[in-house]
Amino acid sequence: MSGFGRVRRAALLSTVKRAAIGAARPIAEPLAAIVLALLVGAVLIVLFSGLVARHSAFDLGLPVAAYAALLEGAVSPNGMTATLVYATPLILAGLGVAIGFKAGLFNIGGRGQFLMGAVGALAVATVVGQTQSSYITIPLALLVGALCGAAAGFVPGALKATSGAHEVVTTIMLNYVLVFVTYWAISGPLALPGSPQPISVDVATRNAALPIILGRDGHLGILVALVAVPLVWFLLYRTTLGFEIRAAGANSDAARYGGMRTNRLIVLTMSLAGLLAGLGGATTILGVVHQVAPGYDTTVGFDAITVALLARSNPIGVMFSGLLLGAMRAGAQTMQIQAGVPPELVDALQAIILVLLVVNVLRRWLDGRSRQHGSTPSAAADTAMLADATA
Amino acid sequence: MTEDAVIGSLPALEMRGITKRYPGVVANDHIDLDVRRGEIHALLGENGAGKTTLMNVLYGLARPDEGTILLDGQEIRIAGPSDAIARGISMVHQHFMVVPVLSVAENVILGAETMSGPVFVDRRKAAARVVALAQRFGFDLDPEARVGSLSVGQQQRVEILKALYRDARILVLDEPTAVLTPQETGEIFTLLRRLAADGRSIVFISHKLYEVLEVADRITVIRRGRVIGERRPGETTEEELAELMVGRAVELTADRGVSRVGETVLRVEGLRVADDRRHEVVPGADLEIKAGEILGIAGVAGNGQDELVQALIGLRRSLGGKVTLAGRDVTGFSPRRMNEAGVGYVPGDRHKFGLILSFPVYDNLILTSYYRPPFARGPLRNDAAILESAATQIERFDIRTPSAQVTTSTLSGGNQQKVVVAREFDRELKLLVLDQPTRGLDVGSIEFIHRQIIAKRDAGTAVLLVSAELDEVLEMSDRIAVMYRGRIVAQLDGRTADKAEVGLLMATGGRDTATITATPAATIEETRA
Repeated sequence: MSGFGRVRRAALLSTVKRAAIGAARPIAEPLAAIVLALLVGAVLIVLFSGLVARHSAFDLGLPVAAYAALLEGAVSPNGMTATLVYATPLILAGLGVAIGFKAGLFNIGGRGQFLMGAVGALAVATVVGQTQSSYITIPLALLVGALCGAAAGFVPGALKATSGAHEVVTTIMLNYVLVFVTYWAISGPLALPGSPQPISVDVATRNAALPIILGRDGHLGILVALVAVPLVWFLLYRTTLGFEIRAAGANSDAARYGGMRTNRLIVLTMSLAGLLAGLGGATTILGVVHQVAPGYDTTVGFDAITVALLARSNPIGVMFSGLLLGAMRAGAQTMQIQAGVPPELVDALQAIILVLLVVNVLRRWLDGRSRQHGSTPSAAADTAMLADATA
Repeated sequence: MTEDAVIGSLPALEMRGITKRYPGVVANDHIDLDVRRGEIHALLGENGAGKTTLMNVLYGLARPDEGTILLDGQEIRIAGPSDAIARGISMVHQHFMVVPVLSVAENVILGAETMSGPVFVDRRKAAARVVALAQRFGFDLDPEARVGSLSVGQQQRVEILKALYRDARILVLDEPTAVLTPQETGEIFTLLRRLAADGRSIVFISHKLYEVLEVADRITVIRRGRVIGERRPGETTEEELAELMVGRAVELTADRGVSRVGETVLRVEGLRVADDRRHEVVPGADLEIKAGEILGIAGVAGNGQDELVQALIGLRRSLGGKVTLAGRDVTGFSPRRMNEAGVGYVPGDRHKFGLILSFPVYDNLILTSYYRPPFARGPLRNDAAILESAATQIERFDIRTPSAQVTTSTLSGGNQQKVVVAREFDRELKLLVLDQPTRGLDVGSIEFIHRQIIAKRDAGTAVLLVSAELDEVLEMSDRIAVMYRGRIVAQLDGRTADKAEVGLLMATGGRDTATITATPAATIEETRA
C-alpha cells in the first residue's frame, strides 16, 4: 500500500516537475538556484538573529523582514537607479565572460580587464580632459578604456593561441600583474600633480564625468550596458563571426574542419571579452567613482562569472542576471538599516548561487534521476524515436 | 548442448510487460523476454528501438514504469547495478570499463577483491582464481599483462572474465562485435557457446543480422519499443529479420552496378603522416582513384587509416609526399581549400569532426559553407536562406527530425549521419572521402547511405571508402586496397576479392605476399571485362 502511494506520489511529482520544466526549460535551473539560495539565506538570517545579534531568541520572522527591505531598497525609485548603476559593470563584464564561455574559454581576467579600462579612461581624463570639451573627452575615454581592456584580454588569448597556455591560469596571473600596473599608474603618471598623497585626478574636473541621465546618480554608462546587450546578442547569433565563435566553443574539431581558424577566434574572443570588461571599468570610473587612490580594486571580474553562469551565457540573460545581482547590491544597505541584517548576506547569497550552478546539482535534479544514470544514449535514442514518430 | 535441453529448461530470466516511458516517448512498451539456462538469446533491433533501455532496466539503471522481472521464477526488484551483479546479472558494455594501467588480474578482481585481513588484497589467491577461470573457459589471456597493452578483443575478454569472476549467470553483451575484427568475432562466438554450454544464459544485443543468425539460439526482434517477433536461426533468413527490424523490405546488399571509370582524380604519392604522438604511422602511401570509382581501404582499425584520411582532407599536416587532385597540386591544403576544390568528407568520428551536437540541425548543414553566399551576406548570416536550404536537404536526404531547429544531439545516430551526408554530398564533387560512413548505424540508414554513395560514384565522383567493416568494403568497392601498419600492402579487384583472403591480409599484412605490387586500375578493368 505504502509502496503504491509512494509510486503515485513520485509519478505526480515527476509530472509536476515535467510541466514546470517544459514551460521554462532554459530558466528553470537559474531560477531554482536563486530560490534555493534565498532559502539557505533565510536559514543564515535566522541563525544570525539568535547567535550573533542580541535578540532573545531565533527570530523566524527576520528573513521576511530582511528580504522585504532588500526588495524595497532595490526597487524604490531611488533604489531602481542604484540597481541600474550597480548592474552596469556587472552586465558589461558579464557579457565578456559569457562571450568567452560561448567560445569555450573561461575568462577569469575580468578583474584585470576592468582595471585596465579604468586606467585607460583615467589616462584620457588626465591627458586630454584639461584642454578638450566633454564631447571629445568622454567618448575618447570610453574608447581608450575599452581598448585597454581589450589589450588585457588579448594577451591571454594570444598566449593560448600560440603556446596553448590555459586561459584560466594566464588570466589569473595577469590579474595580479594588472592590479599592480593600476597601482603604479595611479601613484605615478596619472597622479594628481601637487597632491600630498598619491591620488588620481577627479574626472569631474576634467570634463570626463558621464552625464546623469536618470535620478540622482544614474549615469550614461547604464545606457552603454543596455545597448551592449543586444549588440552582443546580434554578434553571436546573427553574424558569421558569431557562428564561428559559438562553433569553436561547442566543438573546436568540427569548427576546424568547417574551415574556421580557431586560434584566431581565441585571440579575438578574449580581446572582445576584455573590451567589454574594460568598458565596465571605464564607465564605473567616469560615472561613479570619479577619483581613485592607489590600491583601487574591484570584485566585478568575479561577480561577472556568476552573472554569466546564471544567464547560461545568453546575452539577454546576462542583462537579467546582472540586474538581479545589481539589485541585491542596491538593496543591501536598506536591508541593514531596516532589518539589521549585515549587507554581507548579499555576498553569501551570490556565493550560494554560484556553488549551486557550478556543482550542477540542480540540473541533475531537474533532468531526473533515471537519465543521469548513464542512460543518456537511450535517452537520445528515445528522443530520436519521437522524431521518427512526428516526422 | 541439444536443442531440446534448451527448450525444456526453465527460464533463468523472465521480463514480463516491461514498460518504460520517457517524456514524450515509450521506450519499452510491454516487452516480454525470457532467457533460458544455457541459451544465447539475441536481442535484435535498430538503434533507438529500445534494446538498451530494456537492458538498463534489467541492470537496475532505469526503473520500469510497469512490468516485473523474474529470476529463476522469483519476482525480484533490482535496486541498481551492484544489486544486479549480486544477483548474478552482469553486463559487458560497448565501451569497456577497464583500467588500462592495471594488470588483467587486477582489473578482474577490482571491486570484488579477495582480502587477506581487513586491509590487504590477497593477490596470490586472486590471481590463482583468475587463472583457473581463464583456463576453464579457454581464455587466451596472460593475467599479468597490462590491460592497456592488450588488443581490443582481449580487453573485451577481460570484461567477460570480470563478469565470470563475479559469478554471472546471466551475461548481457551490448554490441560486442562492433569493435572486433572478423577473426576476433569468431573467437568471441566460440567463447559464448562455451559459456552457454556451462549453463549460463547470454543476452546478445546486436543489429548485425548474420551474427545473430550464427550465434543465437533464439532471436527476439524489437521495433519502436515493442516485441515484433521471435525466431529461431534455422527458421528464418536475414531478409526476414531485416524486414521485422525495420518494418519494411530492405535491400541488404548494395547493388553497386558497374561504374564508368574516367580520368584519374586523386593521386597520392609517398604521403607520410604522423599521429598525435608524432610516430610516423603512415610511412609512405601511394593511391590513385579515378572518376566514377570506389576505392575501399580495408584494414584493422589503427593501421594508419585515420591519419591518412585526415592528412588528405587537410586536418593533419603531412610530413612529406604529394597529393594531386584532378591534376592540381593540393598538398598541404587546409580543410576549407580542399572543400572548395570539390572534396567532400564524412569523418570517422562524426561527434568529433562531423557535427556540433549542441547546435541545431540547420547550423550543422552549413558548417562548411556558412561564410559564403547565399548563407552569408557580408558579415551577416542569412537565416532565411539557411533554413530554406535545410528544409530542402532534410526532405531530400530523408533526415527524420521534427524540424531543422532541433538540437542535433537529439537525433538518432542514423539521422545524425544523414545530416553529415547531406552536407557533404549535396553539391558537385570531384572526390568523396568516407571514413567509416556507416559505423554504428542501423540497417535502414546503412542502406540509404550506401545508395547515396553509389549515386555519387555514378555521377563521376571518385570515392575513397575507409571502413573497419570488411563486409562493407567488399560490398561497395570497385577496388580494394589493404592497409597494414601504414602501408598499402595489396590492391585487389572489389568484385573478385575473397573475404578470407582480405581478412588474412588485414591481420598479417600478407607477410609472404607483401611483395604483391599494387595492381594498376587499368589491369583490373581488363580482368573485369
